[in-house]
Parts: sequence; C-alpha cells; structure tokens
Amino acid sequence: MTGSDGGVPRDRASSAPRDGSNGAAPGGESTGGESTGGESTGDPARPLIDARGLSRRYTVSGGLFAKQATVRALEDASFTLSAGRTLAVVGESGCGKSTLARVVTMIETPSDGTLELDGHRVEAGGLLDDETRSALRASMQIVFQDPFGSLNPRQTIGRILEEPVLINRPDVSAEERGRQAREMLVQTGLRPEHYDRYPHMFSGGQRQRIAVARALMLEPRVLVLDEPVSALDLSIQSQVLNLLVELQERLGLAYLFISHDLSVVRHMADDVMVMYLGRVVESGSAEDVFAHPRHPYTEALLSATPIADPARERTRIRLVGELPSPLDPPSGCAFHPRCRKAAGTCREERPTLAPEADGRTGSMHRVACHFPVGDETGDLRRTDHADR
Amino acid sequence: MTLLDVKGLSVDFRTANGRFRAVDRVDVSVERGDVLAIVGESGSGKSVSMLALMGLLPWTADITSEHMRFDGTDLARADARTRRRLIGRDVAMIFQEPMSSLNPCFTVGFQIREALKAHLELSRKARQARAIELLELVGLPEPERRLRAYPHQLSGGMSQRVMIAMAIACQPKLLIADEPTTALDVTIQAQILELLLDLQKETGMALVLITHDMGVVAETARRVSVQYAGQKVEEQGVHALFDEPRHPYTAALLAALPERATTRRLPSIPGVVPGQFDRPTGCLFSPRCTFADERCRRVAPDVAAASLGVARCHYPLVNGVAQKAAS
Repeated sequence: MTGSDGGVPRDRASSAPRDGSNGAAPGGESTGGESTGGESTGDPARPLIDARGLSRRYTVSGGLFAKQATVRALEDASFTLSAGRTLAVVGESGCGKSTLARVVTMIETPSDGTLELDGHRVEAGGLLDDETRSALRASMQIVFQDPFGSLNPRQTIGRILEEPVLINRPDVSAEERGRQAREMLVQTGLRPEHYDRYPHMFSGGQRQRIAVARALMLEPRVLVLDEPVSALDLSIQSQVLNLLVELQERLGLAYLFISHDLSVVRHMADDVMVMYLGRVVESGSAEDVFAHPRHPYTEALLSATPIADPARERTRIRLVGELPSPLDPPSGCAFHPRCRKAAGTCREERPTLAPEADGRTGSMHRVACHFPVGDETGDLRRTDHADR
Repeated sequence: MTLLDVKGLSVDFRTANGRFRAVDRVDVSVERGDVLAIVGESGSGKSVSMLALMGLLPWTADITSEHMRFDGTDLARADARTRRRLIGRDVAMIFQEPMSSLNPCFTVGFQIREALKAHLELSRKARQARAIELLELVGLPEPERRLRAYPHQLSGGMSQRVMIAMAIACQPKLLIADEPTTALDVTIQAQILELLLDLQKETGMALVLITHDMGVVAETARRVSVQYAGQKVEEQGVHALFDEPRHPYTAALLAALPERATTRRLPSIPGVVPGQFDRPTGCLFSPRCTFADERCRRVAPDVAAASLGVARCHYPLVNGVAQKAAS
C-alpha cells in the first residue's frame, strides 16, 4: 500500500470537510496533485506516519583529548499515527522526544530505521524527488513550546502567516495569501484585524494561537506539538487545548503531542508512548497506559505527577537518582539504576518492547521490561482518573 | 505570636508609562510551622509580594504597607542593619531557576560557607563541617566532593538541592520557595517537594510556597492563598479550597484543570489577566467572570467573611452559586 508516485494529497482547502479520515480529497491547486491522493481517501486506516525502528544518533567530540562518542538520542522507535488521532510522547528532558519531533518533521534525517510519511519513504539517501519532499514537509508542521521565541518580532502577524505560503507555493497571488491568512486568524480564534500587528502586542496564549495558525497555513495533515501549552498559564492553557481539540475535529488533523505534563496528556491523547533515554519503554492506548501502567518508569512518572486533589491518598513511588548521561547509558535496561524492581537480568539484558493485547480494549499495549508492573500484584491504581 | 504578619502590602513600580500597581493591599499571615501556598498566574504579584518582604526589589518599586511584622520586628520600619541580620538567617528564599541563582564562578562549598560566615559565628572548620552536614541533609551523595564542584557540574535537581542547603544553613524560621520546581522534571520535582516538606517537618520552620501548579498546591500546602492581578482574592485551608472555592476565579481555575475535566472540551476562562493599561474599574476579575453584573463592574468588592474564604468578591460562591440575594 505504498504510494510510489507523485504528489502528496493536498486536501482540505479552506472549505474544510469536517472529518479527516475521509476528508482527504485530492487536488491541491499548486503542486502536481494528480489524483494520487485517492489512495489515502480509499484507505483511511493507512497511517500518516509509520515509523519502524527509527533511530537518530549524534557524534560528539568530547574535547581535545577525549574520544569521539555517540549519543543515541533516539533508538528503535516504532509507531504509527493516523488521521484524527493524537499520539502523545511522554518523558523527562533528555528522553529523545524532541529528537523524535525533529525526525518526523524531516528537520533531521533518521540514522537508522524506516520512516514512512503518508505512504512515502523518507530516508537518509533521499529517494524522494524534491517536489514530493517539499510537499511532505508542508504536510508535517510543528508548533514549538515557546511562543515568545518562535515568532519573529520584526514581522507582522500577516507576514508570519504568509511566509510558509510564499515559500512553498510561490504561484499563489498576494491577494489570495492575505485572504488565507485572515481566514486562518479567524479559524484559530483571533481577529482579522490582528493581521497588521506585531507579536509583542499579544499575550502568550494568543501568540501560541498565532504559532498554530502559521503551522496550519499549508494545510498540513500532521501537527507536531512540542510542549504546546507548558509555557502558558493555567487559564490560558485550557483555551489553547480547546482550540487544538476543535481544530482536530474540524480538520481531521493527526497530532504528535509531546509533553511532560501527564494531566494534559491524559486529557488529549488517544495513544501514549513513554520514552526513557531515547528508547520507548511503554506504549499503548492512553486509557490502558494511565489505568494500568506496566513499566515501572511509567508507574513512577504517574505517581510523581501532582494531582490537584488534596483528599487523594498519595502512593508515591520514589525514584532515586537522576537521569543518567545519554553518552554513557547503563547496561541492560537503561532504567535499572533507578528501578525499584531491578534484578540481575535487568543489568545484563535489555528487555525488548513486547506486545500484549489488553484484555479490556483489545488494543496493543507494549512494554519493555523484564518484570512488568501488575504481573505479580495485580494492583490497579488510580483507575478513577482514567476516563475522560 | 504570628511569625509573619503582613498587612496592606502594596507595591507600585515606576515605569516609563506611569505607575503600575503589581501588588494591591495584600495581607499575608503565616504561623510557625505552617505551610502556605500562594497560587496565581503570571502577573498576579505572588513573587513580588515576597520579594518586597525580602527587600529584593529594585529601586523603581515603591513599597507601602501598614506593617510587615516578622517575629515581632516590623521589617517595613526596621533599619537596614536589623533587616540584614534577619534576612538570610531567619527568613530565607529559594528561586525558580536554580542554575542561574548560583554564582558560576565559585564552588558550591564556598557559596554555602558564605551564608554561614555572614550570619553565624563559626570557625572555619565548623563551617566546613556544617556545609557537609547540610549537603547530607538535602540528600546529595558524596558531600565532600560536591562541595568542591562548580554549579555547571550539577544538574538542575542537584542545584536546587544546593540552593535549599544554602537557604536552611542558618536554620531559618521561614523559608520562602518561589516556584522551586517549575524548571525541573516531574520525578525530580517530586523529590524536591518531598525534601522541602521533610525539612519543614523536621525543623518546624514555616514554608511559603509560591506556585502556579494546582497539583503541587494540593499535595503540599495546608493553607492556600489565591492571587489575581495583584490582589489576594481568596484564602482557605487546602481541603476547603478544593472542595468549595469561594471566589469565582478560584472556581474557574479549578474547573479548567485537565484532570478535573469531564468532557473533551475544557471549561476555560475567557480573556486574559489585565495588564497595566486595561485595568478594569470595580472588581478586577469582572470582565472574565461569569457571575459579574453591573455592581461588579462599578464597585471594587471588599473582602468577605472568613467563613467565605475572605473572598474579594461581591457574591462569594456557596455550593457553586453566587450569593446575590444575600447582599
């Protein structure tokens, strides 16, 4: 089912159909949109992102006399993401979640593994022709964490929004660009008269709306949201989250939602992927993972997250120590020095991400652990928070 | 006697565009051994009021108050010498960014011993011993080696532990922690909060925790004071506040928490926190409040009774309903 030829479907011009899975009508006006887009219409099940064994390594020189070392920023990540779904990537700083975002948005090329974006294989060698590549780039957009740093202070909002169109679709007239930009402002809860203003005139929440609007200008199919609300105040955070939910429902966008805030993830995600030191340690549907965490790290992460309920009984699993250096990851299971269940095997042998079907929902729940939580005790904590 | 008793504290900043009131008639009282959380969004004045107490505001700030009594001494009227003796010894503060709060040019040991030197009469040897003891207390392994480390050699969590060690060096009666875990990962945040609470219990010091995270508030505080646009809008015990918020702002803030959501769409508060130029007349929250009426927009509300969480509101909520008939 790999699309071998031609343009990426450019669908959902401004009069967007509301459901994404079959909203993928072919035929964008500018790039060679012969009806190849039909294949994604025909098979809504085909994922927009299909990553297998995705890895990204960096070589760093440790200084004049030090040997060169390899940082395995991302190792062996496999996942799929379909239209209209939200996959959350969770983990602490240095776990590789931002590297993943950069690889998926084609800012970085993967060092290993295969990445299939909308049926097109993206590889280091460059099997793609330039046109497809830029079309794919346009369909994978990213929103960054800090809305104060990601908008050029010298450009007006209109110019910020039009720039992606100007670069990617030079044949769109200035008038049309302006019209699209104003329309996008309305769609993201801003006002058309904001067009001529500068970023400093907006609050954090509004700037994040502008960043989202800019990402949507090229009618992408996937939005990578790199900590989109963690720089925002609580009362503003809910506004932006609502906007994201609304846009997803209306445009059928797929979200790769990167966050360290588990209560936000629990609210937003369909699927969750927990990462530790560059590797996926657990993945599954959000409901399963939050209700029955299988990896001790996930469990610890959940118990460390403060819950806004003073009456709740606290069962905190204390994680000792800090994240090891990614230059020199521990042997075996990378989590073993901090794990409360670690045994000899954990130090020697790295557990593989073993799939198991969840009895309740039938969805895949995978965990990379020799001694998954729940096997021996069967305790199911905090199920009350699982449903939304 | 109340350990910290601040009444009617206001802070005005002289800016190029005129005066800006960052803190507006705030009362803070902290008993010995109490844990008070001050919660609010950015710009609510929660940090500024505590910085005013510590005397850490720049010269552009005008601080007025009825009194700022700490342990019997009115800090607002005390001379500089008295203040220097108290601040740093009996009142200590830690900040959000542990990395930038430490001086990168000196070793951790030097910076900890400096606090001891300034406030306590200890010999060089005793200071070193105390520094080692402090690092052990905050849970840093290999304290002797860590004392010789420079701040860049420490991770964020370790730097915050060092900051805490410095702050508790002279056994303060009051520790003010300004967003101590905001820059840290959740598992490290849990460690640091636990450490702060353990230290608080062991030493019996009072703790003021400034935060914007309702989860942190719920898990650490005993009393909570909610600030909005420079005013204290509500103060209650932690259980009461989460069970029955009295001010519409608190109620809306709690409802906006993703973990309290029952639907995919979160209840949100429209609009933004007022700034210098769009300060409303009357109640500061009125433009964003669902219960606001003409009176709210015209007349600034006074504080309600203690049973109503001293809410700064004309119509404090009872069972989630604004009490309009009562007034």
